[in-house]
Amino acid sequence: MNLTLNVWRQKGRTAAGAFEKYPVNDVSDHMSFLEMLDVLNEKLTAEGKDPVAFEHDCREGICGSCGFMIDGRPHGPMPRTTVCQLHMRSFKDGDELFLEPFRASAFPILKDLVVDRGAFDRIVQAGGYVSVNTGSAPEANSTPVPKTAADASFDNAACIACGACVAACPNGAAMLFTSAKVAHLNLLPQGEPERYERATNMVLQMDKEGFGHCSWHGECAEACPKGIPLASIARMNGEFTVANLLRSPHVSGGDGGG
Amino acid sequence: MELKSRLPEGPIETAWSRHKFNMKLVNPANRRKYNVIVVGSGLAGAAAAATLGEQGYNVACFCFQDSPRRAHSIAAQGGINAAKNYQNDSDSVYRLFYDTVKGGDFRAREQNVYRLAELSVNIIDQAVAQGVPFAREYGGLLANRSFGGAQVSRTFYARGQTGQQLLLGAYQALERQIAAGRVKMYTRHEMLELVTADGRARGIVARDLTSGAVTSFAADAVCLATGGYSNVFFLSTNAKGCNVTSTWRAHKKGALFANPCFTQIHPTCIPQAGDYQSKLTLMSESLRNDGRVWVPKDPADAGKSPRDIPEDKRDYYLERKYPSFGNLSPRDIASRAAKIVCDEGRGVGPAVGGVRRGVYLDFADAIGRVGKAGVSEKYGNLFEMYDRITGEDPYQVPMRMYPAPHYTMGGLWVDYNLMSNIPGCFVLGEANFSDHGANRLGASALMQGLADGYFVLPATLPDYLAGVKPGGTDSGHAAFRDAENAVKVKTETLLGINGKRTADSFHRELGYLMWDKCGMSRTREGLNEAITRIPQIREEFWENLAVPGSGAELNQSLEKAGRVADFLEFAELMCVDARDREESCGGHYREEYQDDGEARRDDANFQYAAAWEFNGVDAAPTLHKEPLAFNYVKPVTRSYK
Repeated sequence: MNLTLNVWRQKGRTAAGAFEKYPVNDVSDHMSFLEMLDVLNEKLTAEGKDPVAFEHDCREGICGSCGFMIDGRPHGPMPRTTVCQLHMRSFKDGDELFLEPFRASAFPILKDLVVDRGAFDRIVQAGGYVSVNTGSAPEANSTPVPKTAADASFDNAACIACGACVAACPNGAAMLFTSAKVAHLNLLPQGEPERYERATNMVLQMDKEGFGHCSWHGECAEACPKGIPLASIARMNGEFTVANLLRSPHVSGGDGGG
Repeated sequence: MELKSRLPEGPIETAWSRHKFNMKLVNPANRRKYNVIVVGSGLAGAAAAATLGEQGYNVACFCFQDSPRRAHSIAAQGGINAAKNYQNDSDSVYRLFYDTVKGGDFRAREQNVYRLAELSVNIIDQAVAQGVPFAREYGGLLANRSFGGAQVSRTFYARGQTGQQLLLGAYQALERQIAAGRVKMYTRHEMLELVTADGRARGIVARDLTSGAVTSFAADAVCLATGGYSNVFFLSTNAKGCNVTSTWRAHKKGALFANPCFTQIHPTCIPQAGDYQSKLTLMSESLRNDGRVWVPKDPADAGKSPRDIPEDKRDYYLERKYPSFGNLSPRDIASRAAKIVCDEGRGVGPAVGGVRRGVYLDFADAIGRVGKAGVSEKYGNLFEMYDRITGEDPYQVPMRMYPAPHYTMGGLWVDYNLMSNIPGCFVLGEANFSDHGANRLGASALMQGLADGYFVLPATLPDYLAGVKPGGTDSGHAAFRDAENAVKVKTETLLGINGKRTADSFHRELGYLMWDKCGMSRTREGLNEAITRIPQIREEFWENLAVPGSGAELNQSLEKAGRVADFLEFAELMCVDARDREESCGGHYREEYQDDGEARRDDANFQYAAAWEFNGVDAAPTLHKEPLAFNYVKPVTRSYK
């Protein structure tokens, strides 16, 4: 098939950007979307032009490196599919596509389709862990965890931090990402001792990073390639509210939240 | 050069404990005076950086990705072994040790492997405490499965995403230390030189991949946890960014590279679909627990739909050749068996380059036995992934599989303390050569990465640090200036060739050559051809490479070119090692040394680790041999019949 791509080109963080048009011909159905871009980049390089910068690593949908907008949808048209796992059989001959980076004020553009998602790491630093030093762990089976809790925790732990939820949200909120980590840990007995501090501090950090607030559009869960449930946001809001009511001495307080 | 492996003597069951007691410690109040660099943030690197931070050292951790959570450990699917014996099927530390030594085809050190088996149980405890959501039984206790040819159920798993969950555990521990100010994280930084002075590792030079700035970082010890080199084959299951650069550049500074020819080909990967293919996708070999592997008996049936091939026309070749292990035969054996049937013209799926390279992995029996829901419960995400990539529904038609490069057992030579022959340069995880011998068992990579990072290095590093004055070197030292200059010159050279071919095109050419001559089976003749051809490709690379853009910006072409340049040097050493090892063992299969298709090991002449010393890009390397002794597990011919 033959396609026309309109790709957002931007030299650097502060440079102005614009769409540029590229024809891509003889695309096979079996190619992944990124392999199609590889072919374009090989051609651009051979012509002495700057290839399109895009982030990618594992190309199996698990590392979370890749992601950009295809026709306004994060990771493109296939549900539950990262762009590295999107195959060209989802498109047809003659299609004209628009590729642009994930856009959010908390995700500055570094170059072309590459954005800086460092804010996600800082949200995790605010409490997305269990405070247990290496060596101090009790015997693994000493605390039974109900299978339902472990499974629900896993469903949230499956988040790959790609940022699609933020890009999909009209407010540029990071609620789905943050709530997935809160739910992953708070649903387990191991996460229980720090549950309220975790919810509070991660929400406050989220606000500090410049992510928007949640107004329940639900676009995030729709765009999520890993199916993180929208209910996790409600859970986090609940934990945040209870934390403030408890006025735990370990909590720094604040008026953030979803 | 004498290889000092520092293996503890005496009974193996207490060797690690005694060794720990005999090592020096660093007083908690003094630890913050020591700067430690950890390169890589996968299981080994993140676990080490987090643990050293907890202990009070000043840690700097580097990764080339945008976040430490992206490291390729995240893609490991199947599970992690531990000798917990929760299933009461007579597992023990000793049995895991025994299986690993045997599985490695008697080319690993017994003491290292025993320590690994011993630490396996602590890893599970640690991961559970961190909130890793392992699979559980309805009673709330941890579930296990049998994996990769093991006859006991000792594998812990988190659906098909065990690597992801374990890495997130280590990543979260690392982020906690970053927040505490104990670890400084440098993302989007690539290590391009190991700096040595007065015979010791003193730090690194790294390039900031966003700005292009080249900077020196001084430290009292440098720990490399930068993974394996499967991408020397271009097509592998590794992430696109995985590379040999940090270990190769350390090698060029004097660190010995051991057993580079020991590479693992994973039997269950999705076959290549076309010439544009950028990587291969692994499907967890846990699938072999329920899937049955077959090809048509008659090459004439190879193009038919699998459902039109009746039972009596199918060859379930693993069950036929290896009745006691069947579909669960170890990786090297299953991979070679697949190659043999495809070479006979009985492969299935689309032909790429004129050959059908694929075998069926069929779940029809399993679906008949436990139903679609039962199969989906165990493998749902893998089936979805397969469908997404191939456009075929494995509940309806059998999966197609073919072996692909997946893991490398070779790596920088290290002693029992994980220190290379360069004092102060430690190597962890897949980047070292130590524990898997010539073949790694399934679910043992996660175990080794975490054992090294959480438990081994944090115990052995203090023994080194206690003997050196903290802050002994600053980054103004001439050695740093020289290393920085070397990086800058190399960058300018790559940018200034202004040729016609992309780095990827050279990488692809090298990869196909390596797969052909130094892949699943090797011959002296083929290796000689590769050893002649590689320097020619290298020469053209330095004359005809095209790298657009500049060095002062985010330039992915430049990053790639630097990595390919290193693969082009490393590949030659790999072939030299493969040619030199005139036996077949584990993942190293020499056609000249076989009995009826079964590997013929030569213990009389090759029971050693081959550690190579660098003498220059176009000079022959020097071989140093570390003999291996087997006092507990008597070397036998591996038989899975």
